[in-house]
Amino acid sequence: MDAIFDFLFGPLKEIWAYPTFFVEVVVGGLLTGVMYSLVALGFVLIFKASGVFNFAQGAMVLSAALSFVGFTELGVPQWLAMLLTLAMMVALAFVIERVVLRPLVNQAPIILFMATIGVTFFIDGFFQMLWGEDVKRLDIGIPKDPIEIHGVLVNTFDIVAAVVAGSLVATLAFFFQSTRIGRALRAVADDHQAAQSVGIPLQTIWVIVWSVAGIVALVAGIMWGSKLGVQFSLALVALKALPVLILGGFTSIPGAIIGGLIIGVGEKVAEVFWAEKIGGGIEDWFAYILALFFLMFRPQGLFGERIIERV
Amino acid sequence: MIYRESGQFKTSYATDQAIFPILQDRIALAILLLVAFVGAPMFASDYFLTTILIPFLVFSVAALGLNILTGYCGQLSLGTGGFMACGAFAAYKIATAFPDLNIVFVFLLAGGAAALVGVVFGLPSLRIKGFYLAVATLAAQFFLIWLFTKVPWFVNYSPSGVISAPPRAVFGFFVTGIEATSHAKYIFCLAFVALLALVAKNLVRGRVGRAWMAIRDMDIAAEIIGIRPLHTKLLAFAVSSFYCGVAGALWAFIYTSSVEALAFDINRSFQILFMIIIGGLGSILGSFMGAAFIVMLPILLNAGPTALGTPLSTSTIAHLELMTFGSLIIFFLVVEPHGLARLWQIGKEKLRLWPFPH
Repeated sequence: MDAIFDFLFGPLKEIWAYPTFFVEVVVGGLLTGVMYSLVALGFVLIFKASGVFNFAQGAMVLSAALSFVGFTELGVPQWLAMLLTLAMMVALAFVIERVVLRPLVNQAPIILFMATIGVTFFIDGFFQMLWGEDVKRLDIGIPKDPIEIHGVLVNTFDIVAAVVAGSLVATLAFFFQSTRIGRALRAVADDHQAAQSVGIPLQTIWVIVWSVAGIVALVAGIMWGSKLGVQFSLALVALKALPVLILGGFTSIPGAIIGGLIIGVGEKVAEVFWAEKIGGGIEDWFAYILALFFLMFRPQGLFGERIIERV
Repeated sequence: MIYRESGQFKTSYATDQAIFPILQDRIALAILLLVAFVGAPMFASDYFLTTILIPFLVFSVAALGLNILTGYCGQLSLGTGGFMACGAFAAYKIATAFPDLNIVFVFLLAGGAAALVGVVFGLPSLRIKGFYLAVATLAAQFFLIWLFTKVPWFVNYSPSGVISAPPRAVFGFFVTGIEATSHAKYIFCLAFVALLALVAKNLVRGRVGRAWMAIRDMDIAAEIIGIRPLHTKLLAFAVSSFYCGVAGALWAFIYTSSVEALAFDINRSFQILFMIIIGGLGSILGSFMGAAFIVMLPILLNAGPTALGTPLSTSTIAHLELMTFGSLIIFFLVVEPHGLARLWQIGKEKLRLWPFPH
């Protein structure tokens, strides 16, 4: 009994005793959460527009980062490398639409999901063969020094990441709300057939959406790559984005952000204050259990569209 | 001409409800069983048995389990590896705690333990559906593997975290441990698989299976016609995890003889999901076909470049393998989204009319 009490409330006492440290942990968690959201955003975009659960998003993050670093290592200036990688991601979107999505249109969601896992394998193999599999350093000149704000230590890099994510979301929101293509995207997301019947070309929309997801993957790849180094484990970041996704809801961009923040904070706090007592290394599964807990109350995620079922 | 059921009249309910109502099917199955039980052990080499046939059998059981849950009951699960690990570690704990217990019962009990865990992780399926559930089952995958890696009790405090199968005999023949011959292992495995497949086939064509399929097709409609979703879904999770657990135990005891928790990581789950999708969702035969395909594919891919004699570095081969694997999966999905089982069915239809075109 004492052990359980100690396990549950011991860390709370610690938190009470050192509030600044707790705030530091929470801020750190929030900023990591933003990074998760960056990856989750790509998933949401594609799911919204085509109903495909794109498992290849992690591989796309990896391939974008690998290509970017690969181009710079060839001596290409960074802005040009960025453009080249963008072109590559758009080309990838074209190929995926032509080879995978178009022949599989109207198939069950699980078939499309499996197809994206196939895409994942292909991209992983292809880009690692193209650029090599060594760990590469990626430096785009973001400072990584800790700074102190009101007695709380924060990493500059994390703040930059948060700003980047914020502006990306703002741009995407503008793109979705106010442009012609954005309106078409929303129409497709609502109802494929109705959109098609008013003359929206589905195939073009899919290419656009996968390209946008590719761009998001590039941003996420650069941010994660400069944090962890560019290597295969970057693709596994996608596994971190999945609980964010179900927590926020598959169809909501704000959901991806809020979900990321909740997962980031929850994970960091649990890791710092509770993990040691049960053996550590809980970051693999804690986010999933946390998301599961939220799903018990809202099965469609916090911001997902309400599931209406009729017989 | 050869495969035609005309003239085979069913004169009793028993013949009408038989698993294989057509005489030719029964003959084919008898030949298949004869080949598997007698022919293969007589002619197959040790290498063939241990690298192809035994893993194929083990994977078939896991694929059967996942197919029951995903193909028949419609609950997409990515936690197969976790449930297999459950079975493997439960079997190890039971076998070492009760040395006199027959290994058959050890495996069955291990499956039971996995079934219990499966029911616990199946509880969210009552509220969560579709891809939300799929991601939620990843919780089981990651949590269980973490548990088996971190808690030394599960590996009897062995410092390496590896469990190795203690030697056990059935009818005087060693089937696990170092003394077991690959032939004994194979026959034991095969008997297990044949029985489990028979049980699965009968489950899915009976009342239980129909309830699962009703839930899969539309759970609200199923509820309205009087199928209890709670019982049906949890039963699917239990049966599925039982099969996965037995597969895990067979993996740890018969196939590799020693195993660590990481052998059952998320890639294993995906591998088994591939098997049922390529084999055919909602098909017992498909589970076997998919397992055979996925087991054979890497071996063939490996053999390909070696046979051609192209000098490639090992990492290039690994990447090429990954690419080929990915493209083949996409290719198969595009060509036949309903899997190999559907191709088989089409082939049989064609054979019924042969040699006439219509």
